[in-house]
Amino acid sequence: MNRTSPVYNLNEPLIFEQSSPGKAAYSLPPLDVEDTPVEEILEPGLIRQEIRGFPEVSEVEIIRHYTRMSTWNYHIDLGMYPLGSCTMKYNPRLNERTARMPRIAMVHPMQEAALSQGNLKLIHRLQECLQELTGLDAVTLQPAAGSQGEMVGILMVRAHHEAQQRQRRYVLIPDSAHGTNPASAAIAGYQVVSIPSDSSGRIDIRVLRERMNQDVACLMLTNPNTLGIFESRIEEISRIVHDQGGLIYMDGANFNALMGYARPGDMGIDVLHLNLHKTFSTPHGGGGPGCGAVACRDLLAPYLPSPVIERDGSGYRANPDRPHSVGPVHAFHGNFGMMVRALTYILTCGGSGLKQITETAVLNANYIRARLQEYFHLPYPTPSMHEAVFSDKTLEPFGVKTLDVAKQLIDEGFHPPTIYFPLIVRGAMMIEPTESESKAELDAFVDAMIRIYHRAREDADAAHEAPRLAKRTRLDETRAARRPVLRWTPEEEA
Amino acid sequence: MTIPEGLRYTREHEWIRVLEEGRGRVGITHHAQDELGDVVFVELPRTGDELGGDDVFGTVESVKAVSDLYSPVSGRVTEVNESLEEQPELVNDDPYGEGWMIQVELSDPAELDGLMSAQEYASYVSEESGH
Repeated sequence: MNRTSPVYNLNEPLIFEQSSPGKAAYSLPPLDVEDTPVEEILEPGLIRQEIRGFPEVSEVEIIRHYTRMSTWNYHIDLGMYPLGSCTMKYNPRLNERTARMPRIAMVHPMQEAALSQGNLKLIHRLQECLQELTGLDAVTLQPAAGSQGEMVGILMVRAHHEAQQRQRRYVLIPDSAHGTNPASAAIAGYQVVSIPSDSSGRIDIRVLRERMNQDVACLMLTNPNTLGIFESRIEEISRIVHDQGGLIYMDGANFNALMGYARPGDMGIDVLHLNLHKTFSTPHGGGGPGCGAVACRDLLAPYLPSPVIERDGSGYRANPDRPHSVGPVHAFHGNFGMMVRALTYILTCGGSGLKQITETAVLNANYIRARLQEYFHLPYPTPSMHEAVFSDKTLEPFGVKTLDVAKQLIDEGFHPPTIYFPLIVRGAMMIEPTESESKAELDAFVDAMIRIYHRAREDADAAHEAPRLAKRTRLDETRAARRPVLRWTPEEEA
Repeated sequence: MTIPEGLRYTREHEWIRVLEEGRGRVGITHHAQDELGDVVFVELPRTGDELGGDDVFGTVESVKAVSDLYSPVSGRVTEVNESLEEQPELVNDDPYGEGWMIQVELSDPAELDGLMSAQEYASYVSEESGH
């Protein structure tokens, strides 16, 4: 332990290192029944004699430990978080209030349907809202993440071809798609065929035509794609795929650019996932919990994971009679708390509010693009939707790279954007401001980026040394990846 | 940029060096490792695996990205560079030497003619990076 100051401490020992034998964060009343030694209940082989280094600390020590570390976090309540493709928008406090109302939050998922009509209605209402926004016929809210939604969608595609008695082998994926798409297709047993982008940053239609045939199960399209560009020839793309009996899966992670303005159902999309934790303002970061809702056409609805909440004469219920379903993918209904938050957001904003959100998100991204294009290289001239992708080409002569820009943004008080993705842009910086930011905040970010540009010209060494103000300065990412230390070991063993 | 003479090169930035008795040794080019940045993990096939030309034979992971490795020729894998498991940095330090990846028994040596020479690869790289 070497702590310098209790509040502005430079370092916080691990909870293991703060342990003193015999300390505990609880105190139990005396037993009012006879004490049963654990040896009488469990086999000796099942009883662990000692947990090495198990932390023993008091309640106040635990609380202080985690509270101190929480002050090191960068989060959306602290400032702009322009992580491209992640849609790190502000999470309204009203969402939290509804999600925590005891009558909503304290209902047990095994409570019988007649006694949880309110919550079931809430799920059903959200399903309907998402159907309306996507122009599709059915929705499941069960998947816990976008990636799980992708897997569900592709398994549904697979089930569809299975039902046609003719399984197909390939899934086409543009090189501007989200990185999880090829993994989802592979998990569902398909081989991935990549489709290159043309010079406008859109799918190369000529190559799509060449590679589309009756062995292709579906095209997995991210729209707008990871360059922040809308696939404006989507209807043509849809015809090419459907003419050969293929389906179209849309990765809807970038739905924040379309919501209220364009419906995937009208574009010929057969199935898509939405990230409620992106577009619909539920918390995200730290790995969830999320909600990767999947919407589809009637054609695919029989394959949706069960249960789907349905309404009949007597009220709302989870229909268990779904013989063609790909099966459940989460316990009970999924992450219900996220559904309450998303529905709160949708109902608070209303239709016109959601349209305004889309407009502002696109406007904000284009404002950043317009102000920064003088300084940073734009690899594709096509207009941006909700995010803009720059490269480090203008900094190359000074030996400053994308990573150096990202690290300097930390010193400037901003979370860095997504870097080195999409892979088709060398030294990519993918900036998504979302609608949450005011013009003043956008200007502060742009000004910081311009300072970074000038610093690259004047003092490249300073760029390489950033961050200097952060809790941790430049990390050795290579060593961390080559020689990872994945668990704490007591000192005497280390 | 180093592009040794005598090797054959792919558009995906692999090289193949022809050894005796119809065998070839395969790795990635200096340019490829430079673009990838510090390599942290290399996944290789098993000895005995059959590869078709252009087949993915493994992946290389750097701090920036994960990329597929494509076989320049078809053939059977006779040896893999096991040192890379513990020292992936060999790919950065010595891409044409210690950082080699697999050795294959060529099923059709004529396939080598379809690959690029050092000179052709040099102009391919400068064209690709737009210089």
